[in-house]
Amino acid sequence: MTALHQLTLKEAIVVAKTDGRRPILDAFAKRAAELNPKINAFLRFDSKQAVIPAEAGIQEVDPRLKHSGMTRVESLHGVPVSIKDNICIDGREVTCASKILAKHVPPYDATVITKLKTAGATLFGQCNMDEFAFGSSCETSAFGPCRNPWDLERVPGGSSGGSAASVASDMTLAALGSDTGGSIRQPAALCGVVGVKPTYGRVSRYGLIAFGSSFDQIGPITKTVEDSAILLNILCGHDPKDSTSSPANVPDFTQALKRDVKGLRIGLPKEYFIEGIDPEVEKNVRSAAETYKKLGAEIKTISLSHTEHSVAVYYIVAVAEASSNLGRFDGVEYGLRVPSKDLREMYFETRDQGFGQEAKRRILLGTFVLSAGYYEAYYLKGQKVRTLIRQDFEKAFKEVDVILSPTSPTPAFKIGEKVADPIAMYLSDIFTIPANLAGIPAMSLPCGFTSGGLPIGLQLMARPFDEPTMLRAAYAFEQETGIYKKKPAL
Amino acid sequence: MEFKIERVAELARLNLKPEEKEKLEKDLGAILDYVHKLSVLDTTGVEPTSHVLNMENVFRKDEARPSNAAEKALEHAPQADGRFFKVPKIVQRD
Repeated sequence: MTALHQLTLKEAIVVAKTDGRRPILDAFAKRAAELNPKINAFLRFDSKQAVIPAEAGIQEVDPRLKHSGMTRVESLHGVPVSIKDNICIDGREVTCASKILAKHVPPYDATVITKLKTAGATLFGQCNMDEFAFGSSCETSAFGPCRNPWDLERVPGGSSGGSAASVASDMTLAALGSDTGGSIRQPAALCGVVGVKPTYGRVSRYGLIAFGSSFDQIGPITKTVEDSAILLNILCGHDPKDSTSSPANVPDFTQALKRDVKGLRIGLPKEYFIEGIDPEVEKNVRSAAETYKKLGAEIKTISLSHTEHSVAVYYIVAVAEASSNLGRFDGVEYGLRVPSKDLREMYFETRDQGFGQEAKRRILLGTFVLSAGYYEAYYLKGQKVRTLIRQDFEKAFKEVDVILSPTSPTPAFKIGEKVADPIAMYLSDIFTIPANLAGIPAMSLPCGFTSGGLPIGLQLMARPFDEPTMLRAAYAFEQETGIYKKKPAL
Repeated sequence: MEFKIERVAELARLNLKPEEKEKLEKDLGAILDYVHKLSVLDTTGVEPTSHVLNMENVFRKDEARPSNAAEKALEHAPQADGRFFKVPKIVQRD
């Protein structure tokens, strides 16, 4: 019999329905107690599961949620789901892996948390991340780096590194991450799990501590494509508390999961197979394209001509939004306060002592590109090139239904390898950033391993609000190859 | 490009430790050089994208609802006094 911690979310729901949730919760508590000290994927986890929705009486459905897909929720029967530590849970510490928020206890639930509680999830671990989601390696966490379960000397990717590592190491059934420039997909790729960034606006951002407000999306990190679809059914939908959440109709994503890609037009953007990409990554991704061809899909080479400029646009526009969003951390209302002689000095000192290096770097850069005299040359220019990148996708999606690429140019790199060179670190998101700039849905799923045994991720991107086609393509590949079944030796 | 870190740090209300200043200044100069390559693109007549959804003016009714948000927020204040956040003196006498 499969050990309980090895179950998929889908399987665990069935087990919990018949045997109750307790055996599953105990199995994960034991697993996490044993492995987390090595991996550091959880900043905190609830080993006793003191807060269980049914016992705590959280059964009431917010009437406003009834119009947002809540009526079609598959009950989770108390199975454990873990949460990136930038999503607010009422009464539980949330830190964004930053000293400036250490010990901060938010007084409300994020909308995704309300939805998970309503669906009967047990909120288990709170996952390590790059500080304020600034990073691609989980090394900027103020509470120590998270490690990759496939090789503890390597990074799990970032910023949702703890979410991906906890799923890959079977310490949780599934986790939520957030994705501003690849922060769900890149760690999913480096840890060999599935990660979905929905269309911008699909999921409410209420209660997600903001990084880049026009980019941020919450999404699932899971062991299988089907598990992601189950969670998307719960998470998606308009929220009156987030005016940027979309009123678009939310389909039942599990209905999209068919092993059928016949006639599907899949585009391979030539700009995503460039010099500098790891040869084993390229080989595996190209062979995935061959698999799709064998399954009856039509493979076309396409061009997304402004790809090389995405990282530059992102490090202007997202960083501008970040510096603005981080203005609120000033020691006045919550979080860290460094006592000082006057108010002005308190701001300066609190922010100095509260923020780590990468946060400071981005605050300074964002402040600069928005400052008088530089706004047009940088920020406005960045927004205009963002339009060109969106138009690349609009054009491409007239020819193809799905775009296929590597998720990350390399497999997991060594801890410390890119810390000294911010630009090298930023370039690890070159294939994931464009989807955030355009607001389109994108996901990563495992497509193979390097000769050294490190997972390789395949990225699929689709038209806005066409997650069903993307999930169908992912499911067909996953079921055909069965790569997701391989587990790290821990 | 040279990055005048003192001035930007002042705008960002951020003290920097002496030992981190030099490295940050160098990094930020290099990043600006990198992002400056956008200038090769002609963007004449291109509309800027500030948001991908093209939604505007999302309204809701201005209705009062019961809330204890103020009390709950003050519970987590570094320093509070009654119904207020308390901060150090704003204006110093010379």
